[in-house]
Amino acid sequence: MRIRLTFSKIDALRYTGHLDLFRSWERTFRRSGLPLAYSQGFHPQPRLNLACALPLGFTSECEMLDAWLECNLPLQLVYQTIAGVLPPGLEIHGMDIIDDQAPALQTQVASAVYVITFLDDISDLDERVQRITSSEHLPRLRRNKSYDLRPLIEQISLIPLSIDGNRKLRIHLSARESATGRPEELLDEMGIKFETTRIHRVKIIFRS
Amino acid sequence: MVNTPAEIQLKLERILPKVQKPGRYTGGELNEVVKQWDSIETHVALVFPDIYDIGMSNLGLAILYELLNQRSNTLAERAYIPWIDMEAEMRKAGIPLYSLESKQPLSAFDIVGFSLPYETTYTNVLNALDLSGIPLYSNERNITHPLIIAGGHATFNPEPMHAFIEAFVIGEGEQVIHEVIDAYQIWKRLNIPRQDLLINLSTIPGVYVPSLYQINYMQDDTVDKIEKLDDRTNMPVRKRIIPILPPPPTHFIVPNIETVHNRVPIEIMRGCTRGCRFCHAGMVSRPVRERSVSEIIQAIDDALKNTGFEEIGLLSLSSSDYTHITELVKAVTEKFCGKHLGISLPSLRIDSFSVEIMDLLKDSHHGGFTLAPEAATEHMRNIINKPVSTAQLLETTHQIYSRGWTTIKLYFMIGHPEETLDDVRAIAELCKAVLAEGHKVIGRRAKLNVGVSTFIPKPHTPFQWVSCDSVEQIQAKQGLLRQEFRHRDIKLTWTDPDVTLLEAWLSRGDRRLADVVFRAWQNGAKFDAWQDQFNFNAWTQAFADCQIEPSFYTHRTRALDEAFPWDHINTGVRKKYLLQDYLLSQDSKTRSDCRQHCYACGILPTFAEMRRANPGESWACPEVKSPSKFTVNKPY
Repeated sequence: MRIRLTFSKIDALRYTGHLDLFRSWERTFRRSGLPLAYSQGFHPQPRLNLACALPLGFTSECEMLDAWLECNLPLQLVYQTIAGVLPPGLEIHGMDIIDDQAPALQTQVASAVYVITFLDDISDLDERVQRITSSEHLPRLRRNKSYDLRPLIEQISLIPLSIDGNRKLRIHLSARESATGRPEELLDEMGIKFETTRIHRVKIIFRS
Repeated sequence: MVNTPAEIQLKLERILPKVQKPGRYTGGELNEVVKQWDSIETHVALVFPDIYDIGMSNLGLAILYELLNQRSNTLAERAYIPWIDMEAEMRKAGIPLYSLESKQPLSAFDIVGFSLPYETTYTNVLNALDLSGIPLYSNERNITHPLIIAGGHATFNPEPMHAFIEAFVIGEGEQVIHEVIDAYQIWKRLNIPRQDLLINLSTIPGVYVPSLYQINYMQDDTVDKIEKLDDRTNMPVRKRIIPILPPPPTHFIVPNIETVHNRVPIEIMRGCTRGCRFCHAGMVSRPVRERSVSEIIQAIDDALKNTGFEEIGLLSLSSSDYTHITELVKAVTEKFCGKHLGISLPSLRIDSFSVEIMDLLKDSHHGGFTLAPEAATEHMRNIINKPVSTAQLLETTHQIYSRGWTTIKLYFMIGHPEETLDDVRAIAELCKAVLAEGHKVIGRRAKLNVGVSTFIPKPHTPFQWVSCDSVEQIQAKQGLLRQEFRHRDIKLTWTDPDVTLLEAWLSRGDRRLADVVFRAWQNGAKFDAWQDQFNFNAWTQAFADCQIEPSFYTHRTRALDEAFPWDHINTGVRKKYLLQDYLLSQDSKTRSDCRQHCYACGILPTFAEMRRANPGESWACPEVKSPSKFTVNKPY
């Protein structure tokens, strides 16, 4: 049985990296007592699959996980069992049964939407956004490789002032396997330090 | 400095994205206990003086955390030492050391308890106090500061830290921790001077309040006399033990990041009957007490349900000596078979029985198989009282390779008493012979890892009279090994002689070393246990600043009647017994496993009442049959 979970990753767990998150999910299933499937071989690995790595420090309300169980169980039962043993920082929003032959999650991701909250007042924020949107190319260097950030930005727009008083920016970036737009790269391009922001992933968009 | 949890949290938001492994500093893990701060009478911070990754694997603190949080009027929270990058950010932002649970600064706690498992954590303790804005020296603290206490294996010689710690808890903490909290609560409710608290604490068996003792030295700097300054205080300070091991903790906190041991640790037995003469743990943790198989299985089951860990560690000082080891291993494999559970069983004896046991743990073939012969010649092994024949060692390694393990790890020590270069060369020869066994069985797939540490004559052991090897001697021995071990299938690791020297100074130190520790910290020493952080110059400079000659502590053979700085700390094992054993070693005479024959080390007379009240199998010591001197059993 293959199930797909949609979940939030928040609070202290935002400082848990991709591999450690994978481990957290394995332990969650182990606590649940559900028959999580393992790969064959000398070093059996739990059959868990995360859609798209979330960078360290980001929170999210739209993460996805595929998990394989060794037998078929009522979905409601699986849901309740898992929900009862989640660690702080993980919350499940939905769970579906997926065709066992369906393509792997990570190959289906097309893009992702993030909301960036600015903790400090940036007086010329509008101009900085303007500069990004009006550029045709944003050449950058990452790990000694040059690339153009601009085509990876699908959409960028300031959100009207919210109650907490902080300015917020909604960005929609490409997230294909060979073409991933990174919010922290965009921030750097705008001359804003990552640690003066909060970044929250709100949506993962799949290929249609 | 910022001082409220809200302020600390706010500042952390800005610095956590900038440091390595920020998950060390957040708390918020599964099974952490967060109580309502204001509704709790007594707040205890449990501090492990190294980073989170290491401290989270410490069983002692996990036990105390669970016990203290079971008290409705007490809360216990954790703190660890921030790594270099985080410390710099915290100092820059004015963030004090804080607890992971409620982000309270350490200075807001009633009691701060340090675990001192090894001596190279001492400068980190000072750094933790400094980061908390708490005066380092006990005599500079007042009623507004937390009470600073410590426990753990290093505190069997508490003297080098006597100036910084107000009360040491010697021995096992499970019962005495409650007595310490009770005494604190009574004192606080009465609102009387701090000195009264210290005196009350010093009357609790197992508690050592250094400021209530006076040490007099002789002309040659050795100890003359140790006097107590108040009639009521303990003298000697006898370590605490619990008669029956309580149910093991099962609500372990599950870290959100990788730590050194990601596993459920279950102590199957405490103490060791083997009597290896170099072994501090084996001497100070007597008597041997075992848990029942059913209790262990139940604890594993509960802990796995509570944590989801994928590995369990069955811990003891000598697993093969656990009476029901076969039954236990069979029960574990049967019950948890097919659950993709790793089981580690460290500290196995060198015999075919150990190989059979490990073979039962089918999944355990993944890692290497570790054995600790400690010395390479039978003569040397007799001196250290770890008698194993070379033939038996070779036979055991042969079996290990033939049962599917490709890597064996062997631990040795150099610098044993009376050791010559020939004894060291024998290590290389023995290792080559072991590898040859492997080649016979599985050809070139056979690998050998060899760890060679350097002997330190630890307090409270039969070798406490012995002098350390000089740095030149150690270097010559290590050089010889490096030369001999040029083999592609053998990997050799060794300990930096300077680190060994520091550990030896600190473990053998007296009260005068407190100022040296302080100076070393001022000179920049911290994380002394970390090779990349170890700053030997800070220490040599500190000794020079304090005008103390460090070789006094490590490089002289002691007169058999010398009073040691730790003589007032009583482990239950008599000094006379240790001396006798030391003299036996000089004739290379061994003493067998004391389960077969009691050598009257002193544990039984020390804890006679306790043994009398708890007869039967739970202790490896003989039963006490004589009638009690007390009409009512003394409650320990």
